[in-house]
Amino acid sequence: MSRGLLLFKDIDTPGLTGIETYRKLGGYESLAGTLGHKTPDECIEIVKSSGLRGRGGAGFPTGLKWSFVPKNSPKPKYIVCNADESEPGTFKDRELMVLNPHLLVEGMILSGYAIGANAGYIYFRGEFAYVQAIVDKAIAEARAAGLLGDNVFGSGFPFELYTHLGAGAYICGEETALLSSLEGYRGQPRLKPPFPAVEGLYACPTVVNNVETIMNVPHILKNGGQWYKQWGTEKSCGTKVLSVSGPVKRPGNYEIPLGLPLRTLIESPEYCGGMRDGLKVKGVIPGGSSVPVIPASQIDAGLDYESMNAVGTFLGSGGVIVIDDQTCMVDALWNLIRFYRHESCGKCTPCREGTYWMGEILERLEKGEGREGDVDLLLDVANNIFGKSFCALGDAAAMPVQGMLKHFREEFEYHVKHKRCMVNRRRQAVMEVTA
Amino acid sequence: MSHAPVMPVEAPAVLEWPEAVKAEVAEAISHYPVKRSAVLPLLWIAQRTWGWLPPAAMQLVARTLELNEPEVFGVATFYTMFNLQPVGRHHLQVCMTLSCSLMGADRLFKHLEHKLGIGHGETTADGRFTLRRVECLAACGGGPCMQVGLDYYEDLDETKVDAILEKLK
Repeated sequence: MSRGLLLFKDIDTPGLTGIETYRKLGGYESLAGTLGHKTPDECIEIVKSSGLRGRGGAGFPTGLKWSFVPKNSPKPKYIVCNADESEPGTFKDRELMVLNPHLLVEGMILSGYAIGANAGYIYFRGEFAYVQAIVDKAIAEARAAGLLGDNVFGSGFPFELYTHLGAGAYICGEETALLSSLEGYRGQPRLKPPFPAVEGLYACPTVVNNVETIMNVPHILKNGGQWYKQWGTEKSCGTKVLSVSGPVKRPGNYEIPLGLPLRTLIESPEYCGGMRDGLKVKGVIPGGSSVPVIPASQIDAGLDYESMNAVGTFLGSGGVIVIDDQTCMVDALWNLIRFYRHESCGKCTPCREGTYWMGEILERLEKGEGREGDVDLLLDVANNIFGKSFCALGDAAAMPVQGMLKHFREEFEYHVKHKRCMVNRRRQAVMEVTA
Repeated sequence: MSHAPVMPVEAPAVLEWPEAVKAEVAEAISHYPVKRSAVLPLLWIAQRTWGWLPPAAMQLVARTLELNEPEVFGVATFYTMFNLQPVGRHHLQVCMTLSCSLMGADRLFKHLEHKLGIGHGETTADGRFTLRRVECLAACGGGPCMQVGLDYYEDLDETKVDAILEKLK
């Protein structure tokens, strides 16, 4: 049975990682139909017309991003795929690449062609060494078949594709930090502007796109922008792979039409099938750990960029973390802030110091040592990181705090007053303080 | 409790690339228009070769790429996956981030500490295991999860972890 609409449609086909099976299912037809048949500008227009938006988290229109690459620059141009997948709660790119690496290769060649790049890099997080090996094998097969090299498909278009392995740093999912890392520096973010489209890798025009974004490109160029709009809403077009984690019956990756109600994803037997062990949904972090949590009362909202914004959160990377009613939100938030404190790159003060102090406050709340005014202080620190840090990591650390205190403030106040959790933690044995 | 690492702490003063990896080193450098870009690939090759990154390995990477030694050291220390100290034969890296925590990662880690008699960052006296808490491994749907060396293990509980440890000699 097919697990999805587009990217997951054939993904469980045995042997799909091999080029023969991939081609039997129509693979590289998009490349054949594009090179020598459509101009790069036509490709950009088709992707623009599809409404495809960046699937890594920011949701920026992909075609528009491509169009920012200067046409008359004498410098080489680069296409870079962000396969860092480091946002907690997100594990879609790993499965997509492991099961269908050729789709990524085809997407990289096509995206490179569209922006005028003759070289591409795929940047994996360090833990994905085995995924890199799978993609490397696909690249070697594509090269042997004449799909990479000096003359792709005999079209005269030269394109080379390389993979690059990071070594453990959340910040390298931020596109400018990724480029610093790829250049051989510490993975710290750079000031924007100049944006990568103008000055990216080696100060040359560069587009950085997420794995899932790149994988949509061959389908869109083959079938057209209008075709892609058969799924989704007016402004959130197409499909999205959501990674669901937490105590649901069937966690995993699900490809949905954008706009599907969050409740359907969690409760429908077609997707996660509801909660385990008689637990109830208490809150959901719908777009990876960096976006604000929403309470159970809001899970009828649609999983699309606009509907998520309407309930005060973001679709983000599509990492849906379901939190149950037996979980203490102070504990959950302290867990997340430990992550951001650990991953802050140390470049700017609001993020480096702010994540440290938020951790200190949460630790004493959790340990029953909270002081009067601590909850306000926590929010104050978060508000002073938000919008004031060098890159998005600061905002990403502040938003979970802002979201939690907006919807679950009473649990934090309870911790100050009673020196213990408000929830009846039957699952105490599951989540314990270990930091 | 503290356990001395088993691998030689007396790092060699000078290292050279073994014949077996020289082609891989050259290949990695050829992927980039700027040599410096190969610093992570070369550090990875070095770590695979020697099991960790003694100062001489970082000096070798610096020499190979015509960089200053502190620049390579600065890069190596920025990332969490480079072992600047020797580690055990099996490096148990248990994800502790929220999704895994919701599914029992904390309990699992305590179990491992108890079973192996070591804490975070420590190595067993026989040099078999190093235990470490790590942040999100991007296997959240299979939480709790851990990575051993480069292999992923998902949907873990105490019984499954015990069976895995048995196999890791």
